[in-house]
Amino acid sequence: MSQTEWHTRDFPTAAKDLLQDSQTRKNVQHATNVIQGKRNKVTAELPDWEDLREAGAQVRAHTLRHLDHYLTQFEAHCTRAGGHVHWASDAAEANRIILGLVQRHEAKEVIKIKTMTSEEIGLNANLEAHGIRPIETDLAELIIQLGKDRPSHFVAPALHVNKAQVRAMFQREMNLPDLGDQPEDLATAAREYLREKYLRIKVAISGGNFLIADTGGMCIVESEGNGRMCLTLPDVLISIVGIEKVIPSFRDLEIFLQTLPRSATGERMNPYNSTWCGVHPGDGPKEFHVVLLDNGRGPILADKEARQTLQCIRCAACLNACPVYHQTGGHAYESVYAGPIGAILTPQLQSMEKGRSLPYASSLCGACYEVCPVKINIPEVLIHLRGKIVREDQATFGGKLSLWNIGMQAAAFLFKDAGRLSMAEHMGQVGQKVLVSKNGFIEWMPLMLSGWTQTRDLKAMPAQSFRDWWAKEKAPHAKQLDRMKENPDA
Amino acid sequence: LRVSLFITCYNDALFPETGKAVVNVLERLGHEIEFRPEQTCCGQMHWNTGYLREAIPIIRHFVSVYRDAEMVVVPSSSCVAMMRDHYVKAAEMDGDAKLVVEIEELLPRVYEFSEFLVRKLGVEDMGASYPHKVTYHASCHSMRSLHLGDIPIRLLKKVRGLDLQPIQDMQECCGFGGTFSIKNADVSSAMLADKVRNVLNTGAEVCTAVDNSCLMHLYGSLHRQRTFVRTAHLAEILASGYAEATA
Repeated sequence: MSQTEWHTRDFPTAAKDLLQDSQTRKNVQHATNVIQGKRNKVTAELPDWEDLREAGAQVRAHTLRHLDHYLTQFEAHCTRAGGHVHWASDAAEANRIILGLVQRHEAKEVIKIKTMTSEEIGLNANLEAHGIRPIETDLAELIIQLGKDRPSHFVAPALHVNKAQVRAMFQREMNLPDLGDQPEDLATAAREYLREKYLRIKVAISGGNFLIADTGGMCIVESEGNGRMCLTLPDVLISIVGIEKVIPSFRDLEIFLQTLPRSATGERMNPYNSTWCGVHPGDGPKEFHVVLLDNGRGPILADKEARQTLQCIRCAACLNACPVYHQTGGHAYESVYAGPIGAILTPQLQSMEKGRSLPYASSLCGACYEVCPVKINIPEVLIHLRGKIVREDQATFGGKLSLWNIGMQAAAFLFKDAGRLSMAEHMGQVGQKVLVSKNGFIEWMPLMLSGWTQTRDLKAMPAQSFRDWWAKEKAPHAKQLDRMKENPDA
Repeated sequence: LRVSLFITCYNDALFPETGKAVVNVLERLGHEIEFRPEQTCCGQMHWNTGYLREAIPIIRHFVSVYRDAEMVVVPSSSCVAMMRDHYVKAAEMDGDAKLVVEIEELLPRVYEFSEFLVRKLGVEDMGASYPHKVTYHASCHSMRSLHLGDIPIRLLKKVRGLDLQPIQDMQECCGFGGTFSIKNADVSSAMLADKVRNVLNTGAEVCTAVDNSCLMHLYGSLHRQRTFVRTAHLAEILASGYAEATA
């Protein structure tokens, strides 16, 4: 899936379509409920969970403030250990670097560990365009790849499909008409499909969970062991990693290897935790490359309010906790990064040119912030980005004259002065009569307000506001009391 | 105590009964209630929709109205959350150091209604009587910003005759989210449908909350579907049956 195929529709439009898909909604609700339940259980059992969150947040925030320092430290240590560090300012440059490396080794196929960063740069499409076949080895990514689908969740990319759908697709794509329907049958089919590829293919491409500055090492956590095989069997390993993924020290893994698995999959520990450093003769890949990707991260770093976006360790707990994501699943976001973190990350990675409806794809309920293991205040960043969008829109002629802007300016005018507000209330009490049905409810409203009345009624304004009731019933009495207090003998 | 009531803009225009109930409950507890007619809105709608610059005069107006108040009570957790989570930031954004100081001085005296009763006054039993099956909707801001915990539940449990029914997925948003309900009307409606199903499953006749905004949203659907469930702000329940009890 190439990058250009994302971001074609705004969130409300895409969501409207996905809401019709009851199978996907059922799958998403089931899967997020299961993961969220496990996550809640294993985070509640840690007495120092909140301390771990705080520590994680501080380490990540500190690293981002000194990102130049830690990245150059990583580069020096990784190079010394025999790795090759490449810097890519954007998707095109990263693709060029990776393609060049693959072509130099004359590889016609590469094996891949699940990496959202490669999705972000559209790596697979670019390799395919140059006659190179990328093969996904993560079960969920394999499902996505064979099904010509796209990921809807960055920890569980195929969260939106169920077992029966996977079976049907494997039967078709792997030519296995007699495939069973148990999870073991499906896993066995995938294993047999992949096993010979690990042994044959010489170039592997991965992402990375952490770049470790003080050792120059890297860390990848995973559940299936496919990662371990990709990291150890091929001759050449190429890792594409966002620049924000660096942590200062190996010891910091103490925090993140507790918070990441518990938040991501509800496991106390990942089944496979791989850390490695450079190359070692006779052990693992002979050649190791890291491509450090900026691709829009620099400007986020420069924005003090939004910088915390880059603290993300991609656990996807915010997706599993989000009531909006529960309804729509990930595809409605039309982005590699879905859910609450996607709603703030995606538009920023696109210089706020695309994904402009995403910061509004939240009721600001705060569930994302509550579960975030590095305490990204996602609602705060959403509001900050909404602020940017409103200001940019107001700078255009059309934006200034939009109904939203006019309505908001009018409301702001009223809220500056109680006299004006009271007058508007009186006008509303009379004016609403054209909308109020016989039953005393408003069942239809025009223009953008029609969104409300498509599924909901609205109680009409009562004839007397609270302030009018107070002025009539209570204020004279209160004044009398005050007078009595001032003048007790009267 | 001399308690100043910030009724909030939407309660003023749409839910005056809630304000009257707050006055009833607080007066019954022996407090003097004042209503400053200069009050308007907390600025939440503008701020949360991204009209940050437009929210600042509204915030400034709020502070100027209540600067010298002894106590401010607000029957809406989301408005209090707006103040606690965003006021200082807004004033800093505006570069107004004096406003920052004024906000920091004022906010410790601003309470959400149920929080004021339990945390400030230390009372749970209002002597109310409300012989109905009721379920409680925990609004997002009351849970995640104000951390009210079981405060509203404790108040409800002391109400005579009230049959409190637990609701499934209590922590899940009702889908209102202010302008979210309009900008993303379809997703909002889907969230609302799940919440309404959970409300109906409780068998309650009344759904209560500390925010009329969520209740307006919920009732919008409950009424559209012509269900028998009605909504009532917690204050209205706590103000009920008192006259009979003392008669």
